[in-house]
This record gives sequence, C-alpha cells and structure tokens, in this order.
Amino acid sequence: MGEKTKEFWRWKEYNWSDETINPKEAETISAGVDVGSVSSQAVIMVDGKLYAYSNMRTGSDSPDSARNAINWAMEGTGLTLDDIHYSVGTGYGRVNVPFANRAITEIACHARGGNFMYGPTVRTILDMGGQDCKAILCDERGKVTNFLMNDKCAAGTGRGMEVFSDLLAVPIEDVGELSLDVDEEPPPVSSTCVVFAKSEASSLLREGWSKKRVLAAYCSAMAHRVVSLLERITVEKEFAITGGIAKNAGVVTRLERELNLKALKSKHDTQIAGALGAALFAKSLVEKQRKKAVQ
Amino acid sequence: MVTAGIDMGAKNIKVVILEDGVVKSRAMATTGFEPAASASKCLEQAAQESGIEITAIDHITSTGAGRKTAPNVNSDITDVGADAKGIVHLMDDVRTVIDVGAEEGRGIKIEADGKVIDFAVNEKCAAGAGAFAEAMSRALEVSLEEFGQISLKSDKTIPMNAQCAVFAESEVVSLVHAKTPKHDIAKAVHDAIASRIVSMVRRVGINEKIALVGGVSHNPGFLDALKRALETEVVVPENPDYIGALGAAIVAGERTK
Amino acid sequence: MKANYGYMDGSGEFFITIDTDLCIECSDRSCVDACPAALFEIIMDDYDDEVVAIKQEHRKKVKYDCGACKPVSDRPPLPCVEACKPGAITHSW
Repeated sequence: MGEKTKEFWRWKEYNWSDETINPKEAETISAGVDVGSVSSQAVIMVDGKLYAYSNMRTGSDSPDSARNAINWAMEGTGLTLDDIHYSVGTGYGRVNVPFANRAITEIACHARGGNFMYGPTVRTILDMGGQDCKAILCDERGKVTNFLMNDKCAAGTGRGMEVFSDLLAVPIEDVGELSLDVDEEPPPVSSTCVVFAKSEASSLLREGWSKKRVLAAYCSAMAHRVVSLLERITVEKEFAITGGIAKNAGVVTRLERELNLKALKSKHDTQIAGALGAALFAKSLVEKQRKKAVQ
Repeated sequence: MVTAGIDMGAKNIKVVILEDGVVKSRAMATTGFEPAASASKCLEQAAQESGIEITAIDHITSTGAGRKTAPNVNSDITDVGADAKGIVHLMDDVRTVIDVGAEEGRGIKIEADGKVIDFAVNEKCAAGAGAFAEAMSRALEVSLEEFGQISLKSDKTIPMNAQCAVFAESEVVSLVHAKTPKHDIAKAVHDAIASRIVSMVRRVGINEKIALVGGVSHNPGFLDALKRALETEVVVPENPDYIGALGAAIVAGERTK
Repeated sequence: MKANYGYMDGSGEFFITIDTDLCIECSDRSCVDACPAALFEIIMDDYDDEVVAIKQEHRKKVKYDCGACKPVSDRPPLPCVEACKPGAITHSW
C-alpha cells in the first residue's frame, strides 16, 4: 500500500491506494467526491472495494477542488476520469462537481460510508466537520432514519476549535493531546457562543490559567455541546465519529466519557466517510442504470 | 431622598444617582475582569460628581446581566423591569422599548406607567447583539464608531448568508476580497442585526412609540437599519446607555417608600 | 426518516422535524401553502422519495422566520402543524 504525504499549513494532505487491486479487470469503477467547506475528499471503488482515496484542502473554487481531489486519488493508478463509470458529488459544494453524474446530500453519504467503514452494526454517526456538525441515526443497510445538521452556529465545529487554537497560538493538531495533559479536569467554558467563549477564555488566561487548562475547558465544552445535539436524535449503539474533529483526542475522549460509550475505530481516515458513501451510491446507481438498459 | 441604580452590563457598568427624582450624576466604567471592583469604583465616581456621600444614599438597586455580582446593594431588578421604568420616566408616550447591548437584545412592550406587558430576549448568541457589529467592524479593520457612520453612505442591499458571528467574519473578509465597498458591507451587517432584532420584537407585538436604548443606540448605522426594518420612526432618549441604571434608581426610590 | 431542520445555538434549540415516513403517504401537502413564511417545499430526497422539506435558505434562521407564528403570549396553534394531516411536523420550541 502506497502513501504519500505533503505538509501544509494546517493539516496533512495525502492520498492512498490499495496496490493489491487491479482496476483494469473491474466491472464497475465508481467514485465519490465530498467537497466540504474546509477539506475535500475523493474515493474510488473497484467492484465495491475501497481502492483509492485522497484528502485535500478545499480551494476557493469548488469545481477545481473536486477535480484536484479526484486527480490526486487517481495519481499513480493509471486511471483517468473516462475509466470511472459513475460519480456522485456530496458535501457543501456537491452541486459544483463538474464530472459527477448525481449529487446526494452529505447526510445520506455519511450514513452509507459509515456503514461500510464501521460495519452494519453502526447506528449513530456523528460527523464533526470544519463548519458543521451532523448527527445521524441509520439502519443496518446504512439508510438514514433520523438526522440533524447544525451549520448555523460555529460552536461544535472545527471552526470553533480554530478560533481557540488561534487565540492560544497552539497548532490545531496539538490541541487534543495538550488538553488531556492536565492534572484535573477544569469546569467547561460556560458560554456556548464562540464569540463569548473567546472572551471567557481571555479572562481565564488573565486569572492565571495555563493554555492546557483553557484548552481542556473548551474541549470539554465542545464535547458537552455535541452530546446535547446527539440527544435530539437519541444515541443508539454502535457509535462512530467521522470528520476532522474525530482526530482531536481531547474532544473524543470527553465525548466518550459523557456518553459512556466508546466510539468505533476504523483503519481508514475518518474524513473520507462522505466521499466513500458517495462512491457506494455511485455503484448502486450505475448498476440500476445497467439493469434498466437491459430491460 | 437619594437613591442609586447600578447597571452591571456585559461590557460597561453604568451608575445613576437620583435625588428626589432628579438625576444628580452619571458614571460609566468598563466591566472588565473584576466587575464588583469596577462597580464600586463607578459608584464612587458618580458620588463624587454629585457631591453626595455614598453613605448618604438611602437605597441602591442593581440591574443588568451581572446584577447579582454588584457589591453593597440593597436590592436588584431585572433588565426588563429597569428599562421600562427608566424610559417612561423620560418619555411617557413610549410603549415599546428595544434595548440592544453588547451581549443581549431585548424587546419590551410596556404600559403608560412603565408596567411590563410582554418581553422577548435574545441572549447567549452574539448574532442578535452589539457583539456582532463589533466583530464585523474588526474584520473590516475600522473602528466601531466609523463602522456605524459609513453604513449611512450605502444605498445597496447585500444579503449576508451567515447568521453566526464567527462565520459572518469570514463572509465579510470574502466581501472585502471581492472589492465590495466597506460602507456597503457595514450596511449589510446592520441590516442583518436589525432584521433579527425586529423579528424578536414582533413576537411581543409593536405599539408606538418605539424607543431604542442601550449601547448600540449610539450606532447610527444600526438605528437607520432598525427604522427601515420597522418601517416607522424610532426615538432615542438622551443618555440611552443609562436607561437601565436610571430605571434601577427609580425602583430604588419606590422601594424606600 | 426523521429529518430535523434548524439548529442549536447559545440561545436555544430550534428544530422543525418532519417525519418523512408519514409525509410520503400524504397526498395534499397542505403545509406548503399554510406556512405564511413559505418555509416548506416538496423535494425528491436522496432515496428518490417525494417529501416535504424546509427550504435551504430558511434552515439557519427558523427561530426568526417562524417568529410571526410564535408570539410571546396567547400563542395560537402553528399553521403548518395544523395543516399537516398525517401529523408529520413538530417544532422543538
């Protein structure tokens, strides 16, 4: 398995492919592209098996970001866009994926992708993205039974965490670990609103709190907030977390503690769930099309 | 009889000292990180200005978000109750008070005697308060004062998609990159806050005359946006930041009787 | 499927829930015309079912857009909830 890594300002961009699969012999090659507000992912599946993916920053132009993501996923595989039988776009920029045959909401794609990544026992999927937070309940086939998406308010999103990493001058990828390095858990930041939480944090720093302690208080506030969102859909076992914040141990640990539930682990990047679901939809849709053509 | 009202706001503390119903002095101080100490200092300053000793004050009533943290007071009253009392003292024909402070927005429907009929509050979210305009003026790199002024120069209507102050900041930055004039952005921001405030006030029902009070009433851009959204005249009393403190001082007088 | 449209912010929880399993069966969709703020629309969802949803442009401000139907006192029944025959619509606030 080949993996290439590039360092960027905020997080790693990279691609991955399974070299044991030969796409040239495939009956169906399907693709999913998730153009998020902050990062974009492309997934390529070969006969329903995960073959290649990429994870990149979203640029200022959605069509370009979609093209870059799929091109990078295909890099070194010998595949071109013409080899892909069906593509589905999802995410915030889903209607701006120029090569997609259809757009499907990120809610449906996350449920379907989560079902593949974590297996059919997963019932609750929490996706914490750059600018939104989604709570999804799904059945054993990965079909959504209950969902909500909070993209109005920055609290509980990656953006909210970025405001804190900026305020404290701590790199975003270090926030989780540092927040766990405290002797005792401080009370959570009491304001939900990120603007007010920021002034609250400033006064805590003035009172002499360490950066770690302030981070702990914010990670804990974020975990608490996400739990109240989850309560609206009522959490069912098994439970999984996808999206960028799934990589922040400070939030995940506190979330698991509050829910008294361990999140399932996946060997794949939690950020590809949406694109993966889109690729799975793409496979079913092309198969449906073929059936119709035969009839 | 001498009474005092202390309004413990999120951003500023305001004090009014009344002697037999006449305002003797006013003082304002930044709330800061030690509100109790700021309140004491603010009260001392007001006392000094009026030439009245603090010990000669018969009753002190606190109000505002931090009213329970005010030191050495005799009683407290809600922001809503204080606003209503304060405004009818100055303008007895006002029936709707809109109070927009740094962190809260309120709509209050009142009777002639300052009795509250109904009220609605927007709190704990910067979108419907002065903090929203402050954050946007910072994103535009202009002072809050200038931000309120330049807004009046615009005749464009640009919709803002983001509701959250954090997301709206990025939207403002994109508008700047797209070469949108600053005064048009300022108007868009004031329109957005005004529309949220108005839909909140409509829930209590609007009776004329309407008064705008609180710190944000100094912002001409917001006042203009509010008038357009309400499609009617809005009056601003003198010293609009002190309405809550004045109301509290009046209530203090009623409580000593 | 229970589709929750709306949001949670510092000031509270503001969700309109549409139970699409009930909504699918409905033939007249009178909620669409009943809403004075025109929040509802008929869409084809991801599973190719025709259901009612809250329009995208209203999802981040339902607290304000629904304000006219939610006066502080003497609150009448909500027109959308009254109009919905299968009882698929609920408001969280």
